Amino acid sequence: MRDLEFNIKGMVSAHAIIASSIFIATLMPHFFAEKYSVIGTHLVWLYSVSGSVAVVNITIFWLLGISPPPKKHTLSYKVSKVVRSCLHFIASCLFFHVVLVLYGATLLESALETFSLAVLLSSFTTLRCLCVLGPNVQAWIRVFSREGAMSIWDTSLQITTACTVIGTWVGAFPIPLDWDRPWQVWPISCSLGATFGFLTGLIIAPGWIYWHRKQLTYKCK
Amino acid sequence: MKISSSVFASFCLMIEISGIALFLRGFFPAPIKSSFSSKTKLSDLPAEPLTGNNPNSSTILVPLFHRVVIVLIDALREDFVFGAKGRQYMPYTQHLVEWGSSHSFVAKARAPTVTMPRIKALTTGSIPGFIDVVMNLNSPVLLEDNLLWQAKAIGKRIIFYGDDTWIRLFPKHFMEYDGTTSFFVSDYTEVDNNVTRHLDSTLKRDDWDILILHYLGLDHIGHLSGPHSSLIGPKLLEMDDILRKIHSSLTSQETEGSLPNLLVLCGDHGMSETGSHGGSSDPEINTPLVLISSAFKRKVGMDNPGTVEQVDVLPTLALGLGLPISQNNVGCLISPVFEHTSLRDQLRFMHLNSFQLICLLKDSTPNFQKEEGYEQFHFAEKSHGNWIKLYLEGNTSEVLSNLGRKVLRQYVDALKALSSALSKQLGKYDMYSMIVGMVLVLQVLMALLLAMPEALSRGAEVEIPLTSSLLSLPFYMLWLLCCSIHVLVCTSAGSSCYLCNLSWIPALAAITTFSAMLCVLLSMAGRKLASGAKTGTKNVNGSGFSELDVLLLIGTLGNVISLGSSSFIEEEHQTWYFMINTLCLVIFQDVCCKYFRERRNSSDDDSYLASKQDLPSLLSPISEQGIGSHKWLALSTPLLTLACCRLLRSLNQTGVQWMHLPDLSHWLNRWEHKAELSLLSAASLLLIFFFVQKCCSLVSKIALALGLLGVYSYRAAVGNVLFPWQLGSRDISKGTVEARFVYIFILGILFTGSKDLLRSQVITADSRLKSRGLWEVYSGIVLLCALLFRPHNLPVLACSLLIQTTMAQYIWKELQYDAAQTTIMHYWFGQAFFYFQGNSNNIATVDISAGFVGLESYLAIPAIFLTAFSTYSGPLLWACHLVCYLSSAQDSWNPASVGHGCYCFALLRSIPTVVYIILVTALRYHLFIWSVFSPKLLYEAMHTLVTTVVCIFFTAMDQNHIGQS
Repeated sequence: MRDLEFNIKGMVSAHAIIASSIFIATLMPHFFAEKYSVIGTHLVWLYSVSGSVAVVNITIFWLLGISPPPKKHTLSYKVSKVVRSCLHFIASCLFFHVVLVLYGATLLESALETFSLAVLLSSFTTLRCLCVLGPNVQAWIRVFSREGAMSIWDTSLQITTACTVIGTWVGAFPIPLDWDRPWQVWPISCSLGATFGFLTGLIIAPGWIYWHRKQLTYKCK
Repeated sequence: MKISSSVFASFCLMIEISGIALFLRGFFPAPIKSSFSSKTKLSDLPAEPLTGNNPNSSTILVPLFHRVVIVLIDALREDFVFGAKGRQYMPYTQHLVEWGSSHSFVAKARAPTVTMPRIKALTTGSIPGFIDVVMNLNSPVLLEDNLLWQAKAIGKRIIFYGDDTWIRLFPKHFMEYDGTTSFFVSDYTEVDNNVTRHLDSTLKRDDWDILILHYLGLDHIGHLSGPHSSLIGPKLLEMDDILRKIHSSLTSQETEGSLPNLLVLCGDHGMSETGSHGGSSDPEINTPLVLISSAFKRKVGMDNPGTVEQVDVLPTLALGLGLPISQNNVGCLISPVFEHTSLRDQLRFMHLNSFQLICLLKDSTPNFQKEEGYEQFHFAEKSHGNWIKLYLEGNTSEVLSNLGRKVLRQYVDALKALSSALSKQLGKYDMYSMIVGMVLVLQVLMALLLAMPEALSRGAEVEIPLTSSLLSLPFYMLWLLCCSIHVLVCTSAGSSCYLCNLSWIPALAAITTFSAMLCVLLSMAGRKLASGAKTGTKNVNGSGFSELDVLLLIGTLGNVISLGSSSFIEEEHQTWYFMINTLCLVIFQDVCCKYFRERRNSSDDDSYLASKQDLPSLLSPISEQGIGSHKWLALSTPLLTLACCRLLRSLNQTGVQWMHLPDLSHWLNRWEHKAELSLLSAASLLLIFFFVQKCCSLVSKIALALGLLGVYSYRAAVGNVLFPWQLGSRDISKGTVEARFVYIFILGILFTGSKDLLRSQVITADSRLKSRGLWEVYSGIVLLCALLFRPHNLPVLACSLLIQTTMAQYIWKELQYDAAQTTIMHYWFGQAFFYFQGNSNNIATVDISAGFVGLESYLAIPAIFLTAFSTYSGPLLWACHLVCYLSSAQDSWNPASVGHGCYCFALLRSIPTVVYIILVTALRYHLFIWSVFSPKLLYEAMHTLVTTVVCIFFTAMDQNHIGQS
């Protein structure tokens, strides 16, 4: 029990760092780029947020050492793992892109915007999976099927991923309205929705785990 | 009384339909009409106002123009004359507008921008109600006071060439006429040549006074290929040439001393960026109005045309021709046109116009004295009288003309105030009928909701306490109460309510139904409360919803909530596309869960296997490889559906905001892509045959194949697609023979199907025969859809069949979705396919050409039926598939599924309809009520009607089953 509470504390701090990195990434380009605003130069903001989240995530999970213990310690194994992780990441970007197009994003016209959103979504969801679970599809399927979580990090993954996706989904609603607001331009409302969803997920996850700590029984712990 | 849930649902829907009808009757206001059925006569005209008595005042009206030619070009947009297109393609008209003796205006048409209401507006000066659109297809004789009647009454001779709507509106008014029909939209040259061919001879003759020409070609081009099509230019040049011809002929005939002639160029409505019309966007309502006559002063240089209302044309023309203004006119005359006349005449015209408006106002408003315009009019009339007195005294100083101008201004203000007061009248609703209708549908919804646990139970039977409540005291008391309320309302509100104008038998019947419903509802609620208190906390077991249930619930409710916003209604297709995409993804996740978890837990999870063995639909001995391929097929089904939906989404752009974007259907319909279109429609027809034939008997298979072949040859005959062996030019016909050939096969298939259904019910009770019969009925409907759909829409039909087949085979049966879930999914897909077809919540997108397939001339009932069928074919097809699917499910594993499905279908339709009716009542003074909310209301009402028909079909199938068991 104490172990769990310790873990939750760790998660709270990790999530706080990730959340603050998003805020910093939002503010930082002010100092480097002129005429920067979240809506006006949206793609800059988008890349800065996804980059910083990626870097912070990788660092934290590497420092915490949550990722599954490597089977071999050879360099070639590590390299191949990194390469496979990159491939997974790219594949997930493509997957998100395809899903966005299926949802009605234009095929050719704003392909760059769509792909940027896909990158943002991947760095919010897939990258964390890669950090926690490694490039192991079986493990992913286990985590994302019902009652498949085996640690609090799995649960947090489930919650943040679901929140991000739902945030993006909800963010798409105002697009067809004829209000002619600047944030209705594709993909601003969706990426903002994704970010708010992700932040909400970061906040909710430790709280939910703490609240349900009695019911949570992780098989392998 | 215990009735099965399908019967219950059908009854509820039928009561709902009557409630909606009542609501619609109250909602759509009858247009303002003066109560006198007679027409204004010249002798009724008021004399010039005069203080004191002077025998010099005149009552006669002198015409200003000798001959009038009205050139009405259908869908002539304002920028086709005044804009860049006009400069390019209408040089002569442009020259007249800029330098000639002419007056030009932008005339604003009111929504609905459809031809017949616009013609009525131009000839009667009234604003026809929204409901006139629905009547647009068969225009009855115009009985109101109108310009043509007045002209004929004083012996003017009228000639008309053009759209035959006029001939139906004014059957005996024309000395000579030639009508062209407006329904063969693909023809845009012949239809205008039929008008122009008479022009030369007519212009030479001098036995007429008014010539009306109504050109349809431009409108047809707009419908075919939009306002930026390359066909527009030549058409405008042609029109320009016609105008030049008329104008030169009119000016050459003018002799010294005779009255000048007048040429009027106008449009009935504009055209939106996609080329359709019916709504109230700016390009649709702004039409040009150019009046050309040698009487007007020559202009020097172009100034921006002023803005007038379309109804203002009527008083202007009437006074110009020396006719009395029609009684129901709400327009005010266009003063620049009369600038060349004397000040006395101008004041006289103003006085006549405002006097007519005052008469109409007195007739339609009880407290007309309070209106602003009324006082202004009396003030102006008084000063008019003073002016006349001064004038007749021979005063000719500048003071007099200044005073006259002041009076003129007072008249203009009074006219404006009167006109706006009258237009406001249009927003009056018959609240009593609306409220009664609304409460009726609300009761139905409550009944449906209260019966939910019973209707979805295993027995699928609902207990209706009808006899007990009909024999109870509260029923009689309620009945008396309702009667007294009715009498109270009717005596106080006067004759403006529809319900009060009914004779007492239908009124009593309505009241009885109303109170019986209320009583039944109360007793159902009471029983529910009692049983709820008894069982209490017992049934709170946390049987959680799956993700799918959550989505289905959120989606249904979210759609209902979104109906409150006009922009969401305009773009409702986006909501549905979004939801079915999400639905597919959730299904995909479900499938993944099932197949991947199954593999992982196959060793230790026996319960799943046990449940699987309950399912007799699965062919139990499947080889390992069979399971593997089955799994991959099941996994790819949602993805395939997603891909199909994405393709169909880009086939037809619909809605309002992005309607103008190019889409696949525009690309396919260009003549240079005819080969691609032919290939696509042939492939779609083949696919349709492939998917439909699998369950049919041999005879129906052959009939189906021949029918689909007939569909293709019909399209080839009409000129939409090419025959591979006939690449050369072919005569375009109406294709009546081919279409009738297909109708015969449709009827044959439907007959075989219903014969099988009857046999299965009466003689053998064979479930296989029944499902085959059902499927045959379904395939008959598919064939009818294939015939009515435009060729570029055939892929929609093919994709819907593809999705239905794969989903039924790999998803719904495999994942054991219950009847309610399957019904909701069918409903969603039906909605999405409604929009995939290119429909929207705007009247303009209804494809009326479907109503003329296989008909030589316009026949009201078949045309309306065919149009409604082709519009709602998406929801209808999915509903029919649902019947087939659930009835096969009923025979194999779930005995109550048809009842459940029928109940859910009725509930799914009732919730949005009822909420929408309440919303519309609340938003009845919203700015967009006529342009956005009313069309949607009509669509909802029609959809409910279609659903009722389907539910009755459901009930019949369910009865079959009950009869068997």
